[in-house]
Amino acid sequence: MARVEVRGISKLFGEVRAVDNVDLETVEGEFLVLLGPSGCGKTTLLRMIAGIEEPTAGDILIEEQVVTNLPPRTRNIAMVFQSYALYPHMTVYRNIAFPLRTRGVDKATIKEKVEWAAGMFGIERLLDRKPRQLSGGERQRVALARAMVREPSVFLLDEPLSNLDAILRASAREELRQFQKRVGVTTIYVTHDQVEAMGLGDRIVVMRKGKIRQVGTPMEIYHWPADTFVATFVGSPPMNLLGVGDILTGFRPETFLPAELMTGVGDVVTYPFEVTWTEYLGAERLVYGNVGETSHARHVVSRLPGSVTLAIDTGKTYSFAVPRRDLRFFDRESGLRTDRGPA
Amino acid sequence: MSAAGKAEGMGRDEQAGIRDNSGQLALLMIAPAILYIAALIGFSFVLAILYSVSDITTGDPTLRIIGFQNFAAILDNSVFRLALKNTFFFAFTSQILVILLSRIVATALMKEFRGKWLARFLIMLPWTAPISLGTIGWLWMFDSIFSPFDWILRYFGLLGSPGALLGPMQNLYWLGVPGLAMASVIIVHVWRLLPLATVIQLAGLGSIPKDLLEAAEVDGASPWRRTLEITIPLTLPIVSIAFLFGLVFTFTDMTVVYVMTRGGPIHTTQVLSTWTFFKGIEGGDLAQGAAISLFLFPVLAGIAILMLRMVRKSEVV
Repeated sequence: MARVEVRGISKLFGEVRAVDNVDLETVEGEFLVLLGPSGCGKTTLLRMIAGIEEPTAGDILIEEQVVTNLPPRTRNIAMVFQSYALYPHMTVYRNIAFPLRTRGVDKATIKEKVEWAAGMFGIERLLDRKPRQLSGGERQRVALARAMVREPSVFLLDEPLSNLDAILRASAREELRQFQKRVGVTTIYVTHDQVEAMGLGDRIVVMRKGKIRQVGTPMEIYHWPADTFVATFVGSPPMNLLGVGDILTGFRPETFLPAELMTGVGDVVTYPFEVTWTEYLGAERLVYGNVGETSHARHVVSRLPGSVTLAIDTGKTYSFAVPRRDLRFFDRESGLRTDRGPA
Repeated sequence: MSAAGKAEGMGRDEQAGIRDNSGQLALLMIAPAILYIAALIGFSFVLAILYSVSDITTGDPTLRIIGFQNFAAILDNSVFRLALKNTFFFAFTSQILVILLSRIVATALMKEFRGKWLARFLIMLPWTAPISLGTIGWLWMFDSIFSPFDWILRYFGLLGSPGALLGPMQNLYWLGVPGLAMASVIIVHVWRLLPLATVIQLAGLGSIPKDLLEAAEVDGASPWRRTLEITIPLTLPIVSIAFLFGLVFTFTDMTVVYVMTRGGPIHTTQVLSTWTFFKGIEGGDLAQGAAISLFLFPVLAGIAILMLRMVRKSEVV
């Protein structure tokens, strides 16, 4: 268990600022998720923490020690790659044993630890196989076992679930979270999938174009996005943004409901909602349309729970409302959230 | 009109029939290859076997089968035994050097540096030169009196002065001293085969996913361990192919030895291919020449089988 601290770190690839003056600090034992679209610098940041990418500027500290110029092997970190990067010519046993052998651990201890790690991920019966004889889910477990076997102080994961199919991904997510809670190792996890980020993270770091846009708990990120980017990147469908003057008004689709359902929620803001399209998704219904505001951005989505059976037809106009406490305001120029509502 | 149209239609049908019959089509397309192998390889191979058990010479081209006397005779010849030993020494030494050097060159070429394309181009150049011309160039470089290597050695005081490391004489006489002659021949062969081996090694190194080496780095492996436990095992199949290919190339090559030393001095660089030529063509004893040339056949066939296996294996990884 350890703390990772990143101070003013930058990485330039030629002219491109992949990571741009980032400061970040983990809490001991937490599960921190780096979230952002592809090319936002999240993987580069992770690779710099791992030591396989050298920062152009700034410092990295692990356990209060500056490790910026130290090779990966001195950092006591473990990393799981998106491709899993299993050694194809080694058996599962030798794969898991590899990080121990590089440390000169004696054979008996290696055997004991490999069996412990394999047991933790339920892959004991695969120890004699080669990676190519394994399924995607099994490979992922081997990669996790190889990372855990040395009991690292920091655990880095680079989109480890992206090569799994949807069903497997959901169960792997759950297992990963439970496992991390059990061992309590500080974990930094990179993903572009906001559902994964919300489900896994103690805290989420939202990145864009090499910069951190917001750091917060899933709850904070979702309900109090720092800017319009976070507001629209997190949540599916994204937060609705209505342009009025130089202020954008934002509200989540699930807070935007037919006015007649709005009882006992306090003060509400009502909009005439002209429905253009509806999607029935089983557990919920998505209603697309325009609100009466005469502005550039007036297309919004409402997300109705499946329990709302109210008939809503395309082409008609309904009265929809948002509780006032669920409204968020953003400065149109900078995109940053403000406390000031539209004039 | 309608009948003609029908006939035309049928003609199209027949054509489609041939095109669609993959069995016949395959036969048709592979026929030139079979013809080529049978006429240019099979025929000469059978002829060589026939010659080797006959007493045919350039002076008396009638084919009388005399059994295995030729093989007994060549085995009895001390020059043949020396040539056999030389062939193996020459092939294995040059190939081991080629593999080691090509790995070093390929590793360097995997890195980005200024003028990389020029380095690549220069390394490939020997492969594009006709081997006989290249070897003649080397023949001059190893000249007994004007060798530039000797100049350089003399310049640095390693040769040609009393107490010099390599002796007081003015020249080393590269091609006139047994050990040096063999070394010279090996140097030229290494020069010749390095480009191909480098390209093969580059392909091998390039095929290792970057992730694997990075994972090994994070797993705590030192550069040495990464080379020994990741890079070498993963490139072994393709390097073996380079090795075996080069081995066949050196086993069967006579140009370098023929141009440089003609097998001398006193047969110390004689190899089976040159000995075959001197015996069978220059000496006119076609039968013994054929017997000598067939001597390496089992070795080469074995290597070929190994190579095919390696190719299959490298596909699986």
